[in-house]
Amino acid sequence: MIRWLLWLLAGLVLGGIVHLAMVLYLPRAATRDAYARLEPMTPVNSFVPLPAPTATGSVVPFMDPAFAISICRYDLSKGPLKVTAPVSQAYTSVSFYTRQGAAHYAITDKAAGRRVIELDLMTQKQRSALPEDEEVTAADRLIVESPSTNGLIVVRALAPEPSQMPMAQRSLAGAKCQAQS
Amino acid sequence: MRLLVGALLCFAVAAAVGIGSTWLAVSRGVTIEGLTVGAWTARPKIGTAEIDPYARAEIERRGELQLALGDGVAFVAQTDDADRPLDGRCDVTVRGITPQARFFTLTLYDPSGKLVGNTINRYGFTSQELIRQSDGSFEVAVGPRARPGNWLPTGGIERYLLLLRLYDTPVGIATKGGRETPMPTVAMGRCQ
Repeated sequence: MIRWLLWLLAGLVLGGIVHLAMVLYLPRAATRDAYARLEPMTPVNSFVPLPAPTATGSVVPFMDPAFAISICRYDLSKGPLKVTAPVSQAYTSVSFYTRQGAAHYAITDKAAGRRVIELDLMTQKQRSALPEDEEVTAADRLIVESPSTNGLIVVRALAPEPSQMPMAQRSLAGAKCQAQS
Repeated sequence: MRLLVGALLCFAVAAAVGIGSTWLAVSRGVTIEGLTVGAWTARPKIGTAEIDPYARAEIERRGELQLALGDGVAFVAQTDDADRPLDGRCDVTVRGITPQARFFTLTLYDPSGKLVGNTINRYGFTSQELIRQSDGSFEVAVGPRARPGNWLPTGGIERYLLLLRLYDTPVGIATKGGRETPMPTVAMGRCQ
């Protein structure tokens, strides 16, 4: 009897390990995550406007219909990127997602405090490779460190009323993510 | 022989417990460090690099682009204040005020995250669109039939959820419920 209980207990413990392993492994196995959904329609290192969500569906679920959205799928393997996003009238934000889907950084127009949000996106390695003196002149440069080489930059502009949607879309058309020259 | 049967039992239990609990956790969602106010629950940590593995697995499975914390916080309501699941055939009233934020939006989705079709193309309200009372509070009528004022159509679908997104808000990881986070009430009334 004790022996069976021990086997049962061992099974429960093993089940717990299986559970943890699966939860940790699932994100890597997910083939329909946001990055995978956006991959076919987004060229690397260039912004593409995302079609507005409708009742028949949207590229990613739970999109906020009050926002115009533009996405840049980034690849830092060839070097850092310069990200610029003009600020729209109401509200603009820039969010960064890793390849694994973690939102690692976001900034709003107010926090940026300018007419244009300007950021340098680089990996940790690229940042530590920056020359010292450049680090000093970089004081007014906003540097975002990406934990992954690939990921998504999402710029969102709010249209507080539907009539302001074209304006929000126009301001997003000026967003850029380019290799630094 | 007994060893073999024992080992088989052990593995069977392990597989059932492991896979079953993972499926439950990922499909139903496990709320770790959530902020619950009435019918509303937010998980501000979802929008950071410190997202917990359960939330990450859930988001990856749905293919969602979650709101980053520096951008805003999303509150979701799947039930009314009395814990009854939101039914698109019933009249639901969302009434009150929201925590401080530069803008907020209230949007209705079906459980898979799609907008719900309707004749007036109304999927939600922004804070600027809402008609308010003189004290700044608002009242949104969510239901299948047209209403005067702020009407959010449900299209008569059985289950839906409401997302209240606060943009540029002090609400974050350290926020507790209570006076800091006054969320609107969700009350379900008459059904069709």
